[in-house]
Amino acid sequence: MSSEQSSSAAVRPIQVEYYAQLREEAGRAEETVQTAAPTASALFEELDRRHGFSLSAEDLRVSINASFTDWDAPVDAEDLVVFIPPVAGG
Amino acid sequence: MFAITDQPISTQEQKARLHSLEAGAYVEFEGRVRNHSDGREVRRLDYEAYHELAESEGTRLLREVTEQFDVIDAACVHRVGTLDLGTVAVWIGVVGAHRADAFRACAFCIDEIKARLPVWKREVYADGEAEWINGCCGTGSVFAADEPVSHRHS
Repeated sequence: MSSEQSSSAAVRPIQVEYYAQLREEAGRAEETVQTAAPTASALFEELDRRHGFSLSAEDLRVSINASFTDWDAPVDAEDLVVFIPPVAGG
Repeated sequence: MFAITDQPISTQEQKARLHSLEAGAYVEFEGRVRNHSDGREVRRLDYEAYHELAESEGTRLLREVTEQFDVIDAACVHRVGTLDLGTVAVWIGVVGAHRADAFRACAFCIDEIKARLPVWKREVYADGEAEWINGCCGTGSVFAADEPVSHRHS
């Protein structure tokens, strides 16, 4: 599996978990992605092309290793990245 | 104490954890599964959470509550899984010396839970359709949009 990103970053494994409608649209709760995507934003774009999500990045928040972070945060090998759909607790 | 659970919430047990002889006021909120939403008949709700982040964010929220309001302690439990009508989905308890801040802290807490916690709800309707609810709290907050919520600023 090769990345579509034109980046100097090496291809490495990133853990991704999906929740709620993203889980249904991806057809899985988690996957390990071999990618050269340098940031959370680039990773989402790559996975959006693969899964065709109905939500765009503007609708979502992102977390890396169980902390909310910015879309331009770098992703490293073995990081756990979770895209957070609009929340609806309570 | 903040927790995500897939078990029924015993509000009596939770309430007992907040016992304090300094408290003149105990305020609680139960969010329950309602049989209607936006004019549609609801049969049940399916909740899911990103447990680790929901618990850390919930713990951070409770710390903010005790810092920003004149209260002694606050606690919350949010349930996940398939919930039938009438079931308690979320419980919040607040104890304080006096009632005003206990009420306000409890109201602040449910607003923030709806806005911040990585918890999702899927409504299952009587006609068999189901929908993930995007976003929250269009109505329901006791605070006006421009109302200062707390009088303490940390």
